[in-house]
Amino acid sequence: MVMEVEKISGLKFHKKQDVAIVGAGMTTFKRRLNETGRELSYLAVKQALEEAGITIDNVEMVVMGSAPDTFDGFHMKGEYLLDGAGGSDRPYMRVFVGGGTGVFAPIAGYWHVASGLADICLVVCEEKMSSTHPHPQSAFKYIWDPILDRPLKPNLIWIFALEMRRYMHVHNIKHEDIALVSVKNKANALDHPCAQVAERITVEDVLNSEPMALPVRRLDVSPPSDGAAALIMVAPHIARQLTDNPVWVTGVGWALDTTWWTNRDLYFPRYVAEAAKMAYRQAHITDPRKEIDVAEPYDPFDYKELHHMEGLGLAKKGEAPILTREGVTQRDGDLPTCPSGGLLGVGNPISAAMGVKACELYWQLAYRAGKRQVAKEVTTGVCQAWGDLMQVGTVMVMSNKR
Amino acid sequence: MVAVVGVGYSGFNSTTPDLSWKEIMYEAAVRAYTDAGINPRRDVDSFVTCAEDLYEGFAIFDEFVPDQLGAVVKPTCTVCADFLYGLATAYMQIRSGLADIAVVEAHSKASDIQTFGNVVKFAMDPIWLRNVGNAHPYYLAALEMFQYMVERCLSEEDVARVVVKNKNNALLNESAPYGANITLEDVMASPKLFDPMKKLEIAPLADGCVVFVLASDKVARELTDTPVWVKGVGWWSETYGYDTASFSAMYAYKAAKMAYRMAGITNPAKEVDFAEVDDRFAFKELQHIEALQLAGKFDSARLLAEGYFDRDGALPVNVSGGNLGVGNLLECTGGQKALEVVLQLRGEAGRRQLSDVETGVAQSWRYLPTHSGAVAVFGL
Amino acid sequence: MAVGKKDIECPPYAEGTPLSDADINDKKVTYVEDHPDIRYSWTAGQAISKFLNGLKEGKILGVKCNKCGRTMVPPRMFCELCYKPIDGWVELKDTGTVETFSISYIDPDARPLPEPVIVAVISIDGASPHMGIMHILGEIKPEDVYIGMKVKAVWKGEEEREGAITDIKYWKPLEG
Repeated sequence: MVMEVEKISGLKFHKKQDVAIVGAGMTTFKRRLNETGRELSYLAVKQALEEAGITIDNVEMVVMGSAPDTFDGFHMKGEYLLDGAGGSDRPYMRVFVGGGTGVFAPIAGYWHVASGLADICLVVCEEKMSSTHPHPQSAFKYIWDPILDRPLKPNLIWIFALEMRRYMHVHNIKHEDIALVSVKNKANALDHPCAQVAERITVEDVLNSEPMALPVRRLDVSPPSDGAAALIMVAPHIARQLTDNPVWVTGVGWALDTTWWTNRDLYFPRYVAEAAKMAYRQAHITDPRKEIDVAEPYDPFDYKELHHMEGLGLAKKGEAPILTREGVTQRDGDLPTCPSGGLLGVGNPISAAMGVKACELYWQLAYRAGKRQVAKEVTTGVCQAWGDLMQVGTVMVMSNKR
Repeated sequence: MVAVVGVGYSGFNSTTPDLSWKEIMYEAAVRAYTDAGINPRRDVDSFVTCAEDLYEGFAIFDEFVPDQLGAVVKPTCTVCADFLYGLATAYMQIRSGLADIAVVEAHSKASDIQTFGNVVKFAMDPIWLRNVGNAHPYYLAALEMFQYMVERCLSEEDVARVVVKNKNNALLNESAPYGANITLEDVMASPKLFDPMKKLEIAPLADGCVVFVLASDKVARELTDTPVWVKGVGWWSETYGYDTASFSAMYAYKAAKMAYRMAGITNPAKEVDFAEVDDRFAFKELQHIEALQLAGKFDSARLLAEGYFDRDGALPVNVSGGNLGVGNLLECTGGQKALEVVLQLRGEAGRRQLSDVETGVAQSWRYLPTHSGAVAVFGL
Repeated sequence: MAVGKKDIECPPYAEGTPLSDADINDKKVTYVEDHPDIRYSWTAGQAISKFLNGLKEGKILGVKCNKCGRTMVPPRMFCELCYKPIDGWVELKDTGTVETFSISYIDPDARPLPEPVIVAVISIDGASPHMGIMHILGEIKPEDVYIGMKVKAVWKGEEEREGAITDIKYWKPLEG
């Protein structure tokens, strides 16, 4: 499909319109990749354009999602990446909500098209964590409050450990049940071509792995990665020209909780619940547990998948570990969760996790997930990301029926 | 249609030793909400903040935003760009039906940054540019200035006149810390820190915060009798490298074209009543005036000398004093410009009030070493 | 590309060239090193400055909001829930309860620590329930810590205090 229009007069400024996803792409996720950030963005965009059947000239606007500049080693890293991400000579904007960017960038892409300002919007997420030395963890030193927290020399894992302990305490959950998530996701990832840490492990492996900040152990955590992912979001009349099976974005929501995370009871992510409420309302979903067929909640740690399932209303508070134990969240279960292998299995390049969240959900609903395709028939799915100091929830609901 | 129903600001000062960035944000936000007559905890659907991590000194600045805006457990996001990009984001959110009332915020706490030159340098390409020589990165602007001066046959006086106009304009702006009654001779005598760029042609850093409340047209009409309409928004990125960019503010030209098209403006030089453009380096004002199609390619310097862009001229540019008078507000630069445009259109600009203005343009650049920028057109 | 067809597998391929630690250490790939010198000095602002001065005097200060009735720590100039300025300052006790805790074996650069650090969120007595701050626990064995444990602050000597969160060295269990 070729649209020969000068880019500015190509912007039509319609009225409000629905939004469909017609293509996605991602690079491999590995601890260190040789390609630069721009090259990674390019590879992901190329794949997405191929699947959608359009060229970069058709793209009207570009949204970049990329997490802390400190990882790649640039100030204003959005500007640096724009050439590789197709942003040259286009309206280009970078959004950033910490770890929630993986699902927030598509939400930003959604309003570029839904507002009528663009008909075709490209969403790109890129991350190069390996640039930071001695270890990407070091860059997380700077997320803390400089006066109240940093002098105590905190490590990022601390917040998760504190939250995990609280979650386990309030609902009386054993580490064995939480470890099941890590086992499931790492096994699921064996079917993902881009996976970094896919392997078959057991609950004992998790419980015996190196302690990092108890109760968190090494196999409870997703690794730092380099990678990029891309999505193409279009207006309905364009989707009709490109494909018979677009996947529609039916609901979006996002919420940010207070900076004072020590003043909150961490056992329940109310920011995810608020974001989900907003997205479900838009998507006309009243009973998520019944109406959602497949879910990709954010799983940087195994307990986080459970925590977020409860926040998304897919399980009652304290019930998520039971669903996991009963096999409900397996690929052949009633509520397949993280069929891609998630961050625990494929890798965690912060914002580029869009590849295993939003892109995966799209592929599942378009029946293109190959060996990872879930067993049941799917119509509606939800993907979610989390970020900051236990603050951000970003949720997107998709459906293959309009 | 989207309207501005409330504005608030804090500053602008050369330094703010008594208040943290949270406190200046709170101050500006409270003023904006009072102006709009809303309660952020109940009425606002979306909050957009514009910040770059390294300007703040945190790895994820988004974390430190919600409390002071009243956004706790509400939809809040960060756009890593100038205020006008945030304005465009809020505009799109309202038009998509995601929000009826949206808040945009940007601030600068430049006085907290001890090594500003190194922060700018950190944005430069590490392989090709960053460690070439030891010079302060402002030399990049000087390179562009020299090329632009040669291409447009500008003299040093042409550029110096921008400084004279803006700093004198700033004397009537109570919130501008760098106003001065300087003359052309003062500017010409100022040392050439980056030949041909002189010290007085570089806008010094300043602190401040601007908050806007936007609303969809139905809600705007309920909230206020004097909405200022956001007629058009545009934003554009040319490219990243200094080696491939146009050096003629093509980003501003295309962003303006997009905004004008949305606003239905076909002849900007006639239909725009006044403008606030980015002049963080004095020559940039001439470049941006041309890019915004407010004057022809070889006319801006001549018109400037004739007083066409003066406070009492035919098309006042930077009547607030511009960045040379108000200071370099980092990502809040677009906010200061939009603020001035809105105050002028409402008739609240005090001693600097222009008469009979209906359409104003605010434009900003994303500063060194980028070639991106945004434009917003406001009207009554 | 099979647009619109269901029988393709996505992503069709995984591009990107993985490198190992050895590739970099043995200089098998070309790279550029940069050691930026970027420094900031943040203004603490009204609320935190007073809090830090309180710490210097050996006191933990909080603030209260009359509308929602909360007493909050760390202090702030406005109540973020009611969105109004706070109504006054309160001196809190230097004892508290462990809300949650963790035993950390790694330092901020992910290197192993010689001795594990016990970090906790401690809700301060005198403030509203669950109103916590993050700090370190000391004078206790990791296996003896539990949620709900009562602790007391151990301060630096008066001459050593400088108006920082580290004026409290750590929190130790409260006997009895």
